[in-house]
Amino acid sequence: MAIIFQKPKALKDTSMHYCPGCTHGIAHRLVAEAMDELNIEGDTIGIASVGCSYNSYDYFGCDMIQCPHGRAPAVATGVKRSNPDKIVFTYQGDGDLAAIGTAEIIHAAARGENITVIFINNTIYGMTSGQMAPTTLLNQFSTTTPYGRQADLHGFPIKVCEMLATLEGAAYIERVSLHDVKHIRKAKEAVKKAFKVQQQKKGFSLVELLSTCPTNWGLNPVEALNRIRDEMIPNYPLGVFRGESLEV
Amino acid sequence: MVHEIILAGFGGQGILSAGRIMAYAGMLDGKQVSWLPSYGPEMRGGTANSSVVISDKPVDSPVLNSAGSIIVMNKPSLEKFESWVDKGGIIIIDSSIVNKDVSRKDIKSFRIPATKIASEMGNMAFANIILLGKLIAEKGTVSVENFKKALYAVLPERKHNLIPMEMEALKTGMEYNEV
Amino acid sequence: MGQRLLMKGNEAIAEAAIRAGCFHYFGYPITPQTEIAHYMAKKLPKVGGVFLQAESEIAAVNMVYGAGSTGIRVMTSSSSPGISLKQEGLSYMAGSQVPAVVVNIVRAGPGLGGIQPAQCDYFQACKGGGHGDYRQIVLAPSSVQELYELTVEAFNLADRYRIVVMILGDGILGQMMEVVEFRDKEEIADIEKPWAVTGHGGKRKQNVITSIHLDPAVLEKMNQNLQDKYRLITENECRYELYNSEDAEVFIVAYGTVARIAKSIIEMAKNEGLKVGLIRPITLWPFPQEAFDKVKDRAKAFLTVEMSSGQMIEDVRLAVNGTGPVYFHGRMGGMVPNKFDILAQIKEIYSRHINS
Ligand SMILES: Cc1ncc(C[n+]2csc(CCOP(=O)(O)OP(=O)(O)O)c2C)c(N)n1
Ligand code: SF4
Ligand SMILES: [Mg+2]
Repeated sequence: MAIIFQKPKALKDTSMHYCPGCTHGIAHRLVAEAMDELNIEGDTIGIASVGCSYNSYDYFGCDMIQCPHGRAPAVATGVKRSNPDKIVFTYQGDGDLAAIGTAEIIHAAARGENITVIFINNTIYGMTSGQMAPTTLLNQFSTTTPYGRQADLHGFPIKVCEMLATLEGAAYIERVSLHDVKHIRKAKEAVKKAFKVQQQKKGFSLVELLSTCPTNWGLNPVEALNRIRDEMIPNYPLGVFRGESLEV
Repeated sequence: MVHEIILAGFGGQGILSAGRIMAYAGMLDGKQVSWLPSYGPEMRGGTANSSVVISDKPVDSPVLNSAGSIIVMNKPSLEKFESWVDKGGIIIIDSSIVNKDVSRKDIKSFRIPATKIASEMGNMAFANIILLGKLIAEKGTVSVENFKKALYAVLPERKHNLIPMEMEALKTGMEYNEV
Repeated sequence: MGQRLLMKGNEAIAEAAIRAGCFHYFGYPITPQTEIAHYMAKKLPKVGGVFLQAESEIAAVNMVYGAGSTGIRVMTSSSSPGISLKQEGLSYMAGSQVPAVVVNIVRAGPGLGGIQPAQCDYFQACKGGGHGDYRQIVLAPSSVQELYELTVEAFNLADRYRIVVMILGDGILGQMMEVVEFRDKEEIADIEKPWAVTGHGGKRKQNVITSIHLDPAVLEKMNQNLQDKYRLITENECRYELYNSEDAEVFIVAYGTVARIAKSIIEMAKNEGLKVGLIRPITLWPFPQEAFDKVKDRAKAFLTVEMSSGQMIEDVRLAVNGTGPVYFHGRMGGMVPNKFDILAQIKEIYSRHINS
């Protein structure tokens, strides 16, 4: 019998704890497929952050470190600088990367730190039950914006790719989406490219994946995917923000 | 008089809200009360339990290591909590979910197919109320009148139209006799 | 007494703060205290106040530093990992004597640890978690009613002594519901704050909030002033509860949730003919020495019970000062002490020191 579909080798054979309709699982799969295809799992060190994916070490088979909220790029820097030939990636949510971890991500990018950042933007703090994230859209409800996010009170959403793309140290920055098969395929290419950029020592790479949090959005899985298409992409345009012509 | 109650089951079975309703009703009865939920990422499945104390005097400990009345709505909870029932206490089991009975002889067990009855009534979510009905009938924990008021206070407004049905469910539980 | 409400501990803290005239809250989400932020986010805009979700705990505590410097009542809350990040700010506020209320709904550590209740941040709270020779008043409520009352009191103490007051709770206190009876009106200490930076308007001398003093002689003097203040607080503000202490022979020493568990054990012990009392420190700093002095003649042994590896026990030993044996019972990692285990240990202590 021919096997036409199986788990990537770099994903462990366990069931995931994510809610139904959550795209964290898809994002994990893409990272694992990239590790498989580049045959790097054994040389990779992943940095798990603080968010619903805090225990991504239960799913990824490579060596991993769990680190404090927002500090993954700094921890990754320590690993990479002491082991320049290893592949190092962080897996961070939008609260983790764009709120408490803003300083670390900006400086890692500015230093051109040769690491790969997988950035899960679901416009909310998933794990702590739905508070506003820096990426929460205007008028979006959350448990800390019970009357909707207002620019005058809560400021504007942070566009991470656009912001980091201004930094010369950043080699490759792309935003992709996980809301349908076509876009997932594209996302896969972006994730793989990010790892290749690192393999070829070209510098800092980051892929932002527009993701769902049906639980805290109060939507069912299908509605949540549609929300990415209808509300998120218009505010977070897809595309390559840096390193378009970078050959890998 | 002190009523110590533990409710346990899966997240989503109304374990936490059932406890809150009891605590609220106890308060309306003029008693001292505490309600302690298990907490954590329960929304992603897993078990839930809540401890309720209803007392004539200030509640000593809201944390229970034993209880006079325990309601269980899944098998792991029965296995965990059977030994927690005070000697002479009661355990009320949703027998549509838990096919096991207790092995202890020094406690009283009641098996009610609450989820099945609730589905027949048209709403599975009433199962917890049916079980509370049995508890109130056996122990006189809170008054039925204040139980109803507590439903109005604890349930969100969009569910208030269901309360007459919930009171039906309560009555069904109170009058249920094992066959 | 006014309204009787069934409330979560976290919500009672938030409501108490607003009643105490705190209309500015800065925080960052973390379990198991986030309901404080949710409540503030809903209520503060309705009363003309400010709820702001900071980008981190480090930012939140510095927002508190700034707001507190202007003389207003201000609060932040968090749980253990977040409180660790706040230590720098707390040290600066201690050094520049900026009053504020900080809530720590403790969870188990170290590191990311877990989210279940613990008392493992006692050292951090009571012994100066940040750098420098400083103290903060630490209040340890043990019921939702007390969370309310002590939060109101915390603001008065903070203003009176220009000091940070920490409410040290745990996940159980934050998450559980009990009946709270609110007073019709709160007693709000009316304290002048001539030191506040509000713009001198050309009418008074410049005010400066600072903690840097490069001249060691000046810095030593400033430290001496702080120590004088801490002595005054120790003299005036120790709080504790003695429970069932009249003829007790063995004393449990416990605070917060654990003190509640202790009370249920005392009932059980009574039925077995054991005379057990409770010393419940309400201020953890200053530590209530007086409670121990009061019972020292009749106490044959002490049993400190904590949700930690044994932190408060160091202060208990100092307070008992060799007048009796001090035993320990602790659980860690979010496990809660079991009343039957504690009772068994009390029986052992009884047989060793009393029935022997
Ligand atoms: C210092 C510190 N502050 C706060 C927290 C609580 N916390 C855990 S996860 C989280 C937010 C996670 O949101 P995000 O990064 O968007 O990840 P998601 O869960 O949405 O995937 C927070 C604030 C913590 N663990 N440590
Ligand atoms: S809470 Fe949201 S982000 Fe977290 S697992 Fe559930 S759906 Fe995913
Ligand atoms: Mg998120």
